[in-house]
This record gives sequence, C-alpha cells and structure tokens, in this order.
Amino acid sequence: MYRYDQYDQAIVDARVAEFKDQVARRLRGEITEDQFKPLRLMNGLYLQLHAYMLRVAIPYGTLSGTQMRMLAHIARKYDRDYGHFTTRQNIQYNWIKLEQFADLLDDLSKVEMHAFQTSGNCIRNISSDQFAGAAADEVADPRPYAELLRQWSTLHPEFSFLPRKFKIAVIASDTDRAAIQLHDIGLQLRRNDAGELGFRVYVGGGMGRTPVIGSVVRDWIPVGQFLSYSEAILRVYNRHGRRDNIYKARIKILVNELGVEEFTAQVEAEWAELAPLGLDAPQAEYDRIIAQFAPPAFDLAAPDTLDLSDPDFAVWVKQNVHAHKAPGYAIATISLKPKRGIPGDASSAQMDAVADLAEKYAHDEIRVTHSQNLVLAHVKKADLYALWQGLDAVGLATPNLDLVSDIIACPGMDYCTLANARSIPIAQKIAAKFEDLETQRDIGELKIKVSGCINGCGHHHAGHIGILGVDKKGEEAYQLLLGGSGAEDTTLAKILGPGFDEDGIVVAVEKLIGFYRGARSGPQERFLDTYRRLGPAPFKEAVYG
Amino acid sequence: MVDHQDQQAVAGAASPPLDDAPARLRFRSDAPFESPIAPLADFLAGGNFAAVRVDPGEDVRTLLPHLDRLKLVEIAFPKFRDGRGYSSARILREAGFEGEIRAAGDVLVDQLGFMRRVGFDSFAPNRPLDPAVVAATLARFPHVYMKAADGLAPVWALRHQAGA
Repeated sequence: MYRYDQYDQAIVDARVAEFKDQVARRLRGEITEDQFKPLRLMNGLYLQLHAYMLRVAIPYGTLSGTQMRMLAHIARKYDRDYGHFTTRQNIQYNWIKLEQFADLLDDLSKVEMHAFQTSGNCIRNISSDQFAGAAADEVADPRPYAELLRQWSTLHPEFSFLPRKFKIAVIASDTDRAAIQLHDIGLQLRRNDAGELGFRVYVGGGMGRTPVIGSVVRDWIPVGQFLSYSEAILRVYNRHGRRDNIYKARIKILVNELGVEEFTAQVEAEWAELAPLGLDAPQAEYDRIIAQFAPPAFDLAAPDTLDLSDPDFAVWVKQNVHAHKAPGYAIATISLKPKRGIPGDASSAQMDAVADLAEKYAHDEIRVTHSQNLVLAHVKKADLYALWQGLDAVGLATPNLDLVSDIIACPGMDYCTLANARSIPIAQKIAAKFEDLETQRDIGELKIKVSGCINGCGHHHAGHIGILGVDKKGEEAYQLLLGGSGAEDTTLAKILGPGFDEDGIVVAVEKLIGFYRGARSGPQERFLDTYRRLGPAPFKEAVYG
Repeated sequence: MVDHQDQQAVAGAASPPLDDAPARLRFRSDAPFESPIAPLADFLAGGNFAAVRVDPGEDVRTLLPHLDRLKLVEIAFPKFRDGRGYSSARILREAGFEGEIRAAGDVLVDQLGFMRRVGFDSFAPNRPLDPAVVAATLARFPHVYMKAADGLAPVWALRHQAGA
C-alpha cells in the first residue's frame, strides 16, 4: 500500500488548515454561502436533507486496517455509529455537524486520509479494480498509476473550476471490474509485444441524465506520458466544455457535440503543446510508487486445498471467493448486502471487525468495490474458514455476491436532497422477495441497480435490471430498465415500458425473473445473456402482457 | 513580492472612493501599465494596443503571434466558478509571455493560490481582498504535486533530486 512521505503529509496538513480557515471565515460572514459552497464541496462536505453529509476519500478503494478502524471511530464519534460505502469506492457519513468538522479532519489526517475532491467540479477520487494486485488476468497492478493520478490531480491549479465533476478509473485487465467505459476518463493498462506498458484511453463515458459509453481516443499512450496526456484531455474540456447548462456540462456532451474524431484531434493538438514541457513524473517516481504496491511475500508453501466440509462455508466460498494469482491464496468479497440491510452500510463494530480480520488474515489490506462491498484481496486458503467465521460473527458472511440480493442503491430520498424517490426500501423489498439463497443461486448472476433520481448514483443505466425513481405528479414512481452492463461488455439499459409504484416495481421484477427462469437456454445463461439473446419484446410481454 | 503601491485606485479619476475602484494586487516589479485595454476583437482587428482583455469564451491562442507587442493581458472572470481563464493564463505562459497577466472581476481570495500557479501576476478583484488573508493563503502550501506556470518544482522532483 502507498504510504505518505513528508511531502504528502505536509500537503494534506496544509489543505486541512486551509479548509479550517475557510470554515472560520464563512462563520464570520467574510464569505457568502455561494462562495463557500465550492470550497466545502471540494472538501467532501454536502448539505443534505437532514444534516451535513461528508464523503471521505478512499483512493482507488484501498485502505489499511488502521484506516478502517479510523472510519469506525468517525462513525462512532461524529455520526450515528455507521457509514455508507459508495459506488465511487468512498465512504459517506450522513449526520455530520459542522462544528465538529475540524476535529474530524484532524482525526482523518492522523491516518493519511482526507475528504479532498470527493465532490465539486474538480477531478474526483480515482477509482480502480478491487482485485488489483491479486487478479491473475492483470498485466500489472493498476494502483500505482491511480496514485500518480491522485497526486497529479490533487489541488490542480488549472482544473479546480471545471464545467462539472470529473471521474477517472484505472484498470489493468481485459475484465473490467471498475466500469471504466462509464467514466469521464477510463484507462486500461496494457502490455505491448515489446513488453512495454501503456494505456488505452476512453473518454466521455458516464451515466446520469445522459448515459454514454466512453469512446477510445487513443489505443496506446505509453505509461510514462499518461499524465501529460490526461492534462491535454482536461485542458480541452476546461476550455470548451459547456458551462451554459449544468445538465450538458460533462465531458461526454463535449465529445458528442464535437464528434470523437474532432475531439481527439483537439486533444492530440493540445498534447503536442504539453508533451515537451516535462509535466510527466520521472521513472524514479514511478519506481518509488510501484515499490509501495509490491505484492506481499506470498507463502510459497501455502496449501492450495480447501476443506469445504462445512456446507455453509462451502456456499460462501462458491459465491464470494475468487481465484488469486498466487497458489494457496484467494480473494474474498465481504458482502455489505445482508438480509434487510441497507446496501453499502456498515456499523462501526463491523468496520472494526473487518480491520481486525484484514490484519490477521489479509496482509492488512482492504478494498472497497463500486458495488458497495468490501474485498480482502490476499487471503491464504488455509485461513479462509477462520476468516469466514469471523465475518459471520458480525453479520458479514452473506453469500450473495453478484446475486439478485446484491443490489446497488443510492441513498435516495431517505437522505439525499436531489432524490425524487426512495431507493433503499425498493432494494430491500426486492431482496426480501428472493430471500431464499437456493432461489438466488438458481437465478444466478443478476445485477440490480437502483437510483432515486435521474443523476444515476445507483448506476441504474448499468444494471442488468435498472430501476430509476422519478417524481410523477408528486408521487414516487419507478421506471424499469433492462440490459445494462458496467463490465467490459458495457451496454446501457433501456426503458422497458411504463413505470410503476413502489409495490408495482417489485412485482415487475418478480415477473421478469420468473420469465427468465423459464426462457433461459440453460443454467449457465445469465439473465443479461437471455435478454441479449431474446431482446426486450418477450420481457415486455411478461411484465405488461 | 506583493506590490501594494497600487492597492488603491489607478483608474485615472482623482481620488475616487475606495469602494468604487478595484483594489489591485500586483506581483511584478515593473511599473504598472496604464493605457487603455482593448477588447480582444479590437486588438485582433489591428488596433495599436499594448493591452488586451480576454473574456472566458475567447481563444487566447489568437494572441500568440502578437505577444511581443503586448504588455498586459487582462483575463476576465465574470463568475468565479468559470475556470476557463486558468487555462488562458497558463497557455500564455507556456508560449513564453512574460508580460503582466491580470485576473479581473469575480476574483476571490481562495482562488489566488491557483491563479498564481497558472501564471497570473496581478489581480483586480471586484471587492478588495483582506491583505492578511491574502498573505496567509499564498503562504499556505509548502509543496505542490504538479508543474504549472510558476516554475515551482513538484514533489516528484524534490523526491528525486540529485543527492536527495
């Protein structure tokens, strides 16, 4: 894991001091709320329905046990004893008091954490693959490059007042676990025939009001130049992105209005100006950061076998454990989607338990996934049973990864000022309909994603089944979308037909799943595959017929 | 160095009330340039001007062939949230412009650090800035992560300088 050096710590400390000063000047009335708003947003502080919401950055979703324990401490001391892990691999607290905020920032900075650029019209926290460093199919660990991006984008003087927010994701394998084609910039690390590393660069993806799949603007940029190339993309966006309409201000609109060819030509022209200026970090800096992400010293003698005689454990292993690149090791996903739970929520006790288990069994490293789950990436197979028991003791051993009850949901109208409808109760009601694990396993991989408004924080466009809450003449209503994917085969879900009320949407999902189970070609055909094979018509008939 | 000599009015009228005049901040040692500032279109139309004003939607690169006869480029910030002017300033510095680049308009103290980094060296904010807050703001960050137009070495350079 990356550790701060004196420079990183000095910058974070200065940034915390700066924001404390800004808060003090706001409280003295020296700056208006309108002037203060972008300052607090760039420090992760939102004013929500009931209180301030704070979004703490978890760079590329990786944190240590110590850091997780601090997140638990913050939940206990400043919130109502829980936190909410987000689809951007961050954590949100929903009940923060402004007068305690300075102390909270101090607590975070003690463990090399902060809330910078988790909101606002700037380059946001960089996201990445939760299996980084452990997946057999990656060409290299993508996180050093995400860290280079983190540093490059922190307090960037030219790009702190962009037309709109800007999200970057980095992966290093053909399997996309980070939805890079749905980001403003998606970077896929690849290795060429000469053994060199470079990025394929997608630009202009995004969800929200106008969902767009990113376009490849460059098939290869050498790793040594990807920061200056990113700078060129951001400059074209900062200069030419629309500022007349907040709903048309994301880079995807600029790419669409210019066309990919013209946009690419402008980026290349800008890069031609920037490339000679020495903006890229030197190889020594790459080496320094890469060294900090060196894999743990794997025990080469670790047994590669697993005792699956406990049937409950066996089910969890089958559903929540993935193959690791090192023999004798495995990747374990901790579901934050327990029965009747709130997707992505964890109590302080659960966070502490995960911290303990990570230190004991997983080389002190935890990942947050964009599906609002947690991952322990390096677990000895011999330790999996003890890990599972430890998780089970705190209600974190739900074996439902990627199943129908593993639902992404935004906070919705229970918390959010933007929402038109509640998301959490919809997710809970659907999950309750399929509580029986055998049924869930029979249905197989099915990604349901629920957003409480058109901004799409619940990724409904990328759901195999997407649900969008809307306001229909003052009533909460829900649109039904099918066929989305945020994986390497990215597709955007399409509206199936007229919307429903709260109970109606749950019934509609039941009908869809019922139809799918009868129509699939075999147990291996996922819901999404059946939809792609048959098209929307028979699904529509099943729901509305 | 902050040159406070023209913190007060410079607009020409005799002793205008402080509130009516922009309170300037200037970080240059040469004499302030006080001739008329032309709108970009007038300048490009061939007028004999040494100072030009660039609005947010205007392409600062149209000035690049003329930099040698420009002493001042004033970049307008009608709204502080419109960040296009940051790119404009940095593009001028990248092209080698050494004259004055002034940020004018809705310029707030919490933007000054960023503005200095992209190459602004004078400021004409709509409302006067508190000198103590300005000083604290500009002294805030001991290090920077990335290169810009101010010549500061990013931390990656400090980390790997010879003998470090």
